[in-house]
This record gives sequence, C-alpha cells and structure tokens, in this order.
Amino acid sequence: MSHVGVERTATGVPNRKLGIWLFLASECMFFGALIATYLVYQGQSLVGPYPEDLFNIPLTTVSTFVLLMSSLAMVLAVSASQRQDMRGTRIWLGVTAGMGLIFLGFQAYEYAHFIQAGLTLSVNLFGSTFYVLTGIHGTHVLIGVVWLLSLLVHTLRPLDWSRRALDIEIAGLYWHFVDVVWIVIFTVIYLLGVGG
Amino acid sequence: MNAPNPSGGVHHVSPATYWKVGGTLAVLTALEVAVVYIDALKPFLAFLLLLIGVIKFALVAMYFMHLKFDAPIFSRFFVGGIVLAIVLAVAVLAIVQHNRAAEALLRG
Repeated sequence: MSHVGVERTATGVPNRKLGIWLFLASECMFFGALIATYLVYQGQSLVGPYPEDLFNIPLTTVSTFVLLMSSLAMVLAVSASQRQDMRGTRIWLGVTAGMGLIFLGFQAYEYAHFIQAGLTLSVNLFGSTFYVLTGIHGTHVLIGVVWLLSLLVHTLRPLDWSRRALDIEIAGLYWHFVDVVWIVIFTVIYLLGVGG
Repeated sequence: MNAPNPSGGVHHVSPATYWKVGGTLAVLTALEVAVVYIDALKPFLAFLLLLIGVIKFALVAMYFMHLKFDAPIFSRFFVGGIVLAIVLAVAVLAIVQHNRAAEALLRG
C-alpha cells in the first residue's frame, strides 16, 4: 500500500517508526529491571518509613487517571493529524502536554510529602528503589512533555502533513509507552504494596 | 473515519472508539482501587489487580498504540521486549530468593 509522501523501505514500514518500536522494546527491559529491583528489596527495609505509612492511594489514583486521559488526548491528536485537522492537532497536543505537567505536579507533591515524612533516597531500601523507579519514570514524562511542546510549536509553521503526522504518531507511541509503564507501577508498587 | 496512516496502512479507528476505550480505562482504574478496599476480595487481590492491569495495558497497546491495526512486526518487537522483561524480572527474583534461602540455611 503506498501513499503520497510515504518513504519506501525494505521492511515496508518507515524506518523511524521501526526505530521507535525497537527503542520501546529496549525500554521494556529497562523498566522491567527497575521494577524487579524494587520487588527484590520489598519488605527488606530495616528502618521506616514504610510504603504502607506513606502511600496515598486516592491521590495517586487521581494522578493515574490524569495520565490515562492524557493518553486519550494523545491518540486524538494523532487521529486529528492523520485527518490533516490542524486545529484539532494543536488542541489535543496542548491538552496532552498539560496533563503531563499536571501528573508531574502530583509527583512533586508526593515527593515533598514523602521527604517531609523522612523518606529520602538513602534512608532505607524502600526509599532508594522507589525514588529511582518513579524518578526515572517521571523523567520520561518530562521528556515527553518537552517533545510534545516542541511538536506543538512546529505545527505553527507551514506543514508537510505526511511527515508531520508521522512525527506526531512517533511521539504518541512514546507517550503511550510511558502511560503503560505507569499502569504497571500503579498496580504492582502502589495497589499491591498497600493491599497485598 | 478511515484515517490514512503514513506507515502505509490505514487505521480503521474513529475518535468515538478512542473515547470508549478512554472511558473503559477510567472505569477499570476505579474498579482496581475499589477492589483494594473490599475485604471479601483479599484472597484474590493480587490476581484481580494483575488481571485488571493486564486488560488496561492491552487496551492502550492495541487501540492507542494501534498494534491491533498496524504492521505485525511492531507487535513482535513490543511483545518480545515484554517477554524478555518478564524473564529478566523472574530470573532476578528467583536468584535472590534462592540466595536468601541458602543464607538462612547456613545460619541454621
């Protein structure tokens, strides 16, 4: 199947899209290692504070909801760009980036509360593994927000839609990946940590 | 609407479908949290939470990441990465558990 402006490759799919999927596959192993490290040291802390003393499930549920809905906004941006709907693309890219920033705000609030309660990076194994895992995830979200805002600025210039739509789709794949990683973290670290 | 996709395929997904998937994800998240607070479900908690988590993960991957509609090579890469991540996690957990059990045995 060919469309105007679509690059021809040996695999039949754009190299950049193949590249992002390979990157995401490697990221699966990266986050898999971080989550495994958290689980290995779960319950091994000799001093508090412990997860059950700190986790605020209602608050984290709201931030999880915001990130999930940002994924919906992202896919609507991709859909709009593929329909060459410039206004819709800009609106949904802006909404996605905004929700990403709200999620980061929740994370900053949570960190501030945890630090106030005595949980630092070096106080116990829970602090070390929790901050490394969620901090690296938060960094991914921040990179995603910067990426989305730069795409938003790019859409203000004259567009080659076939190329721009692929750019937005690739950024969307990264954003959705960050979302699915959070689905795992929320379930395994927060919910099972409190209820399990 | 059948949106033309620069990867050479066509995503047969309407924005309405995306809204439905988004709504389902929101409901599943609420369900996930509710399950934690229902004492009668405690014996099945881990199973239920993991089940709901897997469904949410699959919905995002299939519909939002378009794996259901896109070239199969992308699904193979992603599933390959996930399988390797699970194998890695299980191996690390098994080795550490084994070492802890051996240490406990040596200590008597």
